[in-house]
Amino acid sequence: MLGDILINGLMAGGMFAILAVGFSLIFGVAKILNMSHTAFYMITAFLILIGVTLLGFPLLPSLAGSIAITMILGILCFKLFFDRVKEHQTAVMIISVALAMLFQEIFLLAFGGHYRGVPPFITGFAEILGTRVSYQHLFAIGASALILAGLWVLLSRTKLGIAIRAVAEDREIANLMGIDLSRIFMIVMAISVALAGLAGAVLAPIYMVSPFMWMQPLVITLAAVVLGGFGSIGGCVIASFILGYTETIVTFLVPGSTFLRGAVSLSIMVLVLLIRPEGLFGVAFEEERL
Amino acid sequence: MRNYLYLLYGWVRGEIFAIPGRVIALIFFICLLSAPLITQEPYYLRIIIFATLYALFAASWDLLAGFTGQLNLGHALFFGVAAYAAALFNKYLHLPPWMTIPVGAIAAVFVGLIVGIPALRLRGFYLALVTLSFPLILTGLIFMFPDFTGGEMGLSDIARLSSSGTLNYFIIVIVFAVSTLIMWKFTDAGSKILRTGVILHAIREDEIAARASGINTTGYKLLAFAVSGFFAGIAGGLYVHFIRVAGPSTLELFFSFQAILWTVFGGITTIYGAVAGAFILYPLVEIMSNYPWGEKVRFIFLAVTLICTLLFMPEGITVWVRDKIEVKCPRCKLTNIYMRTHCRACRASLRLEPK
Repeated sequence: MLGDILINGLMAGGMFAILAVGFSLIFGVAKILNMSHTAFYMITAFLILIGVTLLGFPLLPSLAGSIAITMILGILCFKLFFDRVKEHQTAVMIISVALAMLFQEIFLLAFGGHYRGVPPFITGFAEILGTRVSYQHLFAIGASALILAGLWVLLSRTKLGIAIRAVAEDREIANLMGIDLSRIFMIVMAISVALAGLAGAVLAPIYMVSPFMWMQPLVITLAAVVLGGFGSIGGCVIASFILGYTETIVTFLVPGSTFLRGAVSLSIMVLVLLIRPEGLFGVAFEEERL
Repeated sequence: MRNYLYLLYGWVRGEIFAIPGRVIALIFFICLLSAPLITQEPYYLRIIIFATLYALFAASWDLLAGFTGQLNLGHALFFGVAAYAAALFNKYLHLPPWMTIPVGAIAAVFVGLIVGIPALRLRGFYLALVTLSFPLILTGLIFMFPDFTGGEMGLSDIARLSSSGTLNYFIIVIVFAVSTLIMWKFTDAGSKILRTGVILHAIREDEIAARASGINTTGYKLLAFAVSGFFAGIAGGLYVHFIRVAGPSTLELFFSFQAILWTVFGGITTIYGAVAGAFILYPLVEIMSNYPWGEKVRFIFLAVTLICTLLFMPEGITVWVRDKIEVKCPRCKLTNIYMRTHCRACRASLRLEPK
């Protein structure tokens, strides 16, 4: 039981962290509240399903291909929709909701509403703390650690990362320093969508693939981002692990309570926000005039 | 007597017949009221009734999100709370509909005030995401106590609104007309009676400036939450007594999004836009779903409509049409029909003279 909770919580937390960091990144840099973020996660899972089960491609090329296609789709969405209304943040958000709905319905039309499985990348299991843990779970944990570390290096050690953070800090000044804003927005959108895609790729064999699989993670991602504080990537990661463990504990300790998982996480988020309106690690800004 | 009639005629002529938008609204209400005389087909009346209830729901979202700027992504909460409250009071205490609907609306006001409390401290997207979470939390609670709330199946066997279908129709349409009129007056920034409209506008545009001008922004934001919750609650109560089932679908995320969809399509920050959006899109989708192909593509159609609206006429279809048929006098700000070249009151030229 304890081992189960530890491993599953770690996996759920890691995956929420990847999703939440991607969401937070594009919001922090381009001020796009992308509600279709987890829809891209669903798209990658479906593309892998198509590649591996329907077309019979080998695993690695279909993984890479799916993530690449998702990235291109993300950039297209940015160029065609978000970029054109980006002065109105509410319009951007509503468009992204519509996009998520559109993707869901397209896959529903093509594949129907039932759940499908993707074969695991690595079969077998290991014995840890007295519980059987499949290699796929371990792979997911390792992958999330690797992705988060990679992202940290990208953001803190490379020139591109510095440019991204500069734009997030102050758009006008960054622009005056010769940073091409629309190029940075596009790159960040690609990174953010790729992160969602990676999460989808790793999770597709563990959770079932269906057109509605984006709803539940979206709610948790939003909760993690708000709980951690907008604009704080580290806060996001910590909040994701808090929520991941909460979900796992609720699932394991309260029998038959799958519907309660979201409710408990969201209640935690609301309670924290009532005490600290800027989130756990967010910076309290002076009241800004929009 | 004759004098008064003449005055009334003058008022109607100046305030309604001279303004094309109001003529359209008048024709719309006359059509709405006379629909049962034209057709007695229950299917069509049912579609109109649903469109009416959804229009009321969308208009109450517009009041809160459009006018006051408190972006609420979980507006179904108010609708659902009122629906469940009315259903519970009817089922367990056997109160008649004319009592349960106000009770449901008051429950929604109460919930609106509870949701409004975080709104005092949060702004923008934080508020949007917190409001998004409340209906989901409530859905979890409803599933946790299936004996009391009916769980997934919901509460059924609720009392009928009234004995006959036609009476149901008139009750709902008249409640809708009165509610929209109140909401329109409440948010009208040019009103000479109520100050709320202009204050809500001020809060949306610049809250700090509004507070600096001595406006109790906290109180007005809570007031907006309460009023919006009240009208959404009325819609929810009528809905539950009309279809006679209160289920968790009234709290769904998608239902909240639909209110946004109708309002954005019709025109945000105009109560009539929300009404027009619900009355255009809902029947269209409902008629589409009679066909096998329509059933499959209706949500794709909705999503594409929404995206195209935001890209090509971001102010919504009613504002787009209004700008085509009406022109505002640059000097006295009176609305004129587009055919006029000179203002009907002050004779100022409405357009720049062609060279």
